[in-house]
Amino acid sequence: MENEEKRNKIWAFVITGALILISLIYYRVNVFYMYLVAYIWFGFAYGMMLQYGRFCFASASRDLFAAGVPRMAVGILVALMFFSLIQATLASTNMSTFHPAPFGIHTLIAGMIFGVGMVLSGGCASGSLYKIGEGNMTSFLAAFFGLCIGQAIFVDVKWFNFLMPQKWIDTAAAKAASGFPPAANMTSSFDTYLAGYVWDKPTVRMSDIAAVREAMPGASKYFIGDALLTALIPAVILLIVIYIFYIRKGFLKKRAKQKGSPASGLSDDIAGIWNMITASQRTTLMGVLIGIVAGLHILVMKGMQIRFGVNNFGRLLTKMGHSADVSVSGTVFDPGYWYITSQEGQLGGWILEKFGWNMHDNLFFGVNNGLPVPWRNPALWMSFGIIFGAMVMARLNNEFKFKLPKGELIAWGLIGGLLMGFGSRPALGCNIGAFFIRVAGGDPSGWLYGTGMVGGAFIGVKFFNWWSERKMAKEMEAF
Amino acid sequence: MAMKFEKTGEGTYMLDVCGYVCPHPQIYCKKSLEKMGEGDVVEVILDNPSSVETIVQMCDQVGHDVLERKTEGGKIHMKIKKG
Repeated sequence: MENEEKRNKIWAFVITGALILISLIYYRVNVFYMYLVAYIWFGFAYGMMLQYGRFCFASASRDLFAAGVPRMAVGILVALMFFSLIQATLASTNMSTFHPAPFGIHTLIAGMIFGVGMVLSGGCASGSLYKIGEGNMTSFLAAFFGLCIGQAIFVDVKWFNFLMPQKWIDTAAAKAASGFPPAANMTSSFDTYLAGYVWDKPTVRMSDIAAVREAMPGASKYFIGDALLTALIPAVILLIVIYIFYIRKGFLKKRAKQKGSPASGLSDDIAGIWNMITASQRTTLMGVLIGIVAGLHILVMKGMQIRFGVNNFGRLLTKMGHSADVSVSGTVFDPGYWYITSQEGQLGGWILEKFGWNMHDNLFFGVNNGLPVPWRNPALWMSFGIIFGAMVMARLNNEFKFKLPKGELIAWGLIGGLLMGFGSRPALGCNIGAFFIRVAGGDPSGWLYGTGMVGGAFIGVKFFNWWSERKMAKEMEAF
Repeated sequence: MAMKFEKTGEGTYMLDVCGYVCPHPQIYCKKSLEKMGEGDVVEVILDNPSSVETIVQMCDQVGHDVLERKTEGGKIHMKIKKG
């Protein structure tokens, strides 16, 4: 046992040391790579916090529906509240990299597909990465075959042309005829969807709405419009709803027993809400920290952009002579904040190109995100950072265990991963990019994605409940 | 791979969900407790750390007692008394 603990500690130091060495090598090669190094270490911090807090968006709705446990839902709402305030501070000082997303029903539908997928695979996009760090290879299946390969295939095939309305096809064709996007990059169903539908959808950010700008001049529009109205008030309402439906009855019963008199006053309910928030201290604490670190991440990336005089890492790659890595727009995927999925799609695209697949002939890689080699892909390094950060934390707590998927878990991992990959593309993001970041940034489309995600999770839980009942009935036959 | 839910004695059970990842351990644990009588004890064996936090909170909310919780060789053993 002692040997195992010792071995785990050595591994934790080896992994951290290797990442420090990699960072130093990047610095030595070119100072521009410090931009990429910043992503590595923020990813590392996310990974440590996610693993320590068991922080998984899939668990938020799944454990609520499957076991009546609100631990994770509460943790996420706490993180959201802190992050929204930091986002507002950054926006008011012109140090934010946040940008709202096209608003439409597609966000809700995509969220629902993603929600089913995350329950089946056992983890959301960021949750799957931290679980890989714990040695969970079911999560690896979901991330590699779903988020990487599945997503790359999804954006490059014509398989979904039958779903494309003629209006979208005509709009996309008209844009190509006018010169942008280039016709050579308009080959897949997803390209038609992007150019024919999504690009024409309006973006909504509370602080950008004319009425809000007029009513709240200066920085108040960010704090009241983006943070208070879009994130804080809805989050508090949700906390109260969760308390009423899942906690209140049991808590008041327990409290009445302790007090020896009925517990039904407002002070009892306030105590109950506080008890719910602090029930899992490690999750809530990590919620607060994740919110703060995610804000700090934006600040650092914006600082890097100002320092190097660019707004995208693709410009630096071009300056360093790696123009083959960037898109026709000279960019690579560089969100400037915590984001998962697009970079996994890039890894999948890069691998498929090695097998002869042309991945540059679509909008996703060819025009928007580029296809950098993995070791020059900033956001992908953030994902690796999450895996290694979680691995270090799991090793330090003796929780690392290499687990190969067996039997049904292989099927759930693959199907769930593919649904997550497919569900993250139409909304241009996952539980982090399309929900967490957007809501905290004042973009109501984040709630649309979140609603879809919770609906999808409900369907996934219903399915697993039926499945496990069936299996339990077989096991119970013996007695 | 199969989960095991066995009666090991009068009022005692064993649920082995090693190898399973979220959400299976917590779902099987909840369903096992539903099948048991009040005062019965189940030993849950799992190797998915993320499920433990959920199971502990579920027990706390419903009124089950977590009598014991230990980690041995990467496996977590929990003894839960149905309340």
